[in-house]
Amino acid sequence: MFAIYKREIKAYFTSPIGYIFVALFLIAAGVAFSTTTLMSSTSDVAQYYSYMLFMFVVAVPLLTMKLFSEEKKLKTEQVLLTSPVSLGSIVLAKYLAALTLFALTLLLSTLNFIGLYMYGTPNTAILISSTVGIFFIGSAFIAIGVFISSLTENQLVSAIGSIFVILALLALGLVSSSITNDVLRTVVKWISIFDRYYSFNYGLFDINAVVYYVSISVVFLFLTVRVYEKRRWE
Amino acid sequence: MIEISHVTKKYGDKTVVDDVTFSVAKGEVMGFLGPNGAGKSTTMNILTGYISSTSGSAKIDGIDILDDPIAAKKRIGFLPEQPPLYLDMKVSEYLNFIYDLKGCRLNRKKHIAEICEVVKISDVANRMIKNLSKGYRQRVGIAQALVGNPEVLIFDEPTVGLDPKQIIDIRNLIRNLGKSHTIILSTHILPEVQAVCDRIVIINEGRIVANEKTDRISELAGGPGRLVAKICGPQNEVLRAVRNLAGVTSAQLLAERDTDSVSVEISAEPNIDIRKPLFNMLSQKAWPLIGLEAQGISLEDIFIRLTGGAAKSAKRSKKPSGEEK
Repeated sequence: MFAIYKREIKAYFTSPIGYIFVALFLIAAGVAFSTTTLMSSTSDVAQYYSYMLFMFVVAVPLLTMKLFSEEKKLKTEQVLLTSPVSLGSIVLAKYLAALTLFALTLLLSTLNFIGLYMYGTPNTAILISSTVGIFFIGSAFIAIGVFISSLTENQLVSAIGSIFVILALLALGLVSSSITNDVLRTVVKWISIFDRYYSFNYGLFDINAVVYYVSISVVFLFLTVRVYEKRRWE
Repeated sequence: MIEISHVTKKYGDKTVVDDVTFSVAKGEVMGFLGPNGAGKSTTMNILTGYISSTSGSAKIDGIDILDDPIAAKKRIGFLPEQPPLYLDMKVSEYLNFIYDLKGCRLNRKKHIAEICEVVKISDVANRMIKNLSKGYRQRVGIAQALVGNPEVLIFDEPTVGLDPKQIIDIRNLIRNLGKSHTIILSTHILPEVQAVCDRIVIINEGRIVANEKTDRISELAGGPGRLVAKICGPQNEVLRAVRNLAGVTSAQLLAERDTDSVSVEISAEPNIDIRKPLFNMLSQKAWPLIGLEAQGISLEDIFIRLTGGAAKSAKRSKKPSGEEK
């Protein structure tokens, strides 16, 4: 499994994709940061993180679109599936490679916060917990992206599909408060990515939310394994 | 070493592999032949665990590929129809990756260098795979199958895309490997099979139509096949006399280079040896026999006979035949 993990990380940087992702992420983070905090003279980063979440809509598919689509296209999946490694290891290795790149870039983006410390006294707890929250949301989105990538050999379709799904999930969060039907609202709020995130914004580390995001990742990775098992049998 | 038992594969209503059973003993080199779409690649894919059979079992060294895939796959080196190459890697990187993937325990540098030597890709070891020619890519594909020195090697059309010299090299390589490995080799190049394989299995439309040792394959058709006789004598009379011989089914005139001799291609009924009657007849008529060449039934003939005939009978019964390989 480690072999696949290593290979994927290297592959991110032998093609432009890795560089584009990091650049896009950092530029967007920088712009979002400047406009929401520096320009508004505030150290409240909630807005910043909201923008970040929307940036994931494009950034995450970039990371995940080729993970499985390319294997299918090049037929290299044949070497993976006829090697003595389990399906689970293959899926996990690719997921972790995407997650690693995401985590490192996220870490880099926190350099932005230096600005806050130079001019004010930001609440460190909030910064840390918000970043952790973003990380978990990102990890869930990546798992979704991995799943969608396994469904098609066309990278573009994989990217667009992921964009749609992530956008839909975020949009759900936006409208959740405006739903008039009580039952529906409760259900939507339960599913919604956004609503669970608010606790992170307040500097609280909500185990419920972490379990929720991790569960999403587990579910989608499991589904990816099932997709391949089904293909083998059909 | 390899046992395929009543393996069937259906895609919906289409049966692509139909109750296939054969086995390959340890150290045997088996040639797997069949027309395009017969089910060769599908069978190989089932054997290597890439896809699953609808029913039946495939075992490597007694290990069922579905029960314990990891143990079974550890013993297999597989070159699929399209070599599974990562274009964005260098050759050496790729082979190192495969080495890790297979959980190999041999001396890494030495082992990979040896493989590159044997397959003759040492001089492109540092090039990106996407920059290699088809021939080189094919050889990298073969190299990948050899990593870890697995006991069983399965090659799906290993010489496709290679030039004649490379084909000879690979053929020699496979022959050498055959001394210490169990090999299944699928190919369209029939002389290759005769040169390299101990056993031949022919598949047509998903069914096995022949499973024989190579030297016995001609017995399938019986008799010494055709004879080409060069006879000194008047053309028409010679032909007539030959055609009248008991057991001769046809005699055809071949283009002759001498004006005083006739080259006749004689086909006889199976299991009848007409060489002696021919000689006796010719000596009675005082027509010297200046050349006699026995053409055993070639593998091509057997192949076409076994697969062509089956195709015709399928058409007659209007059975839908699968297009899968």
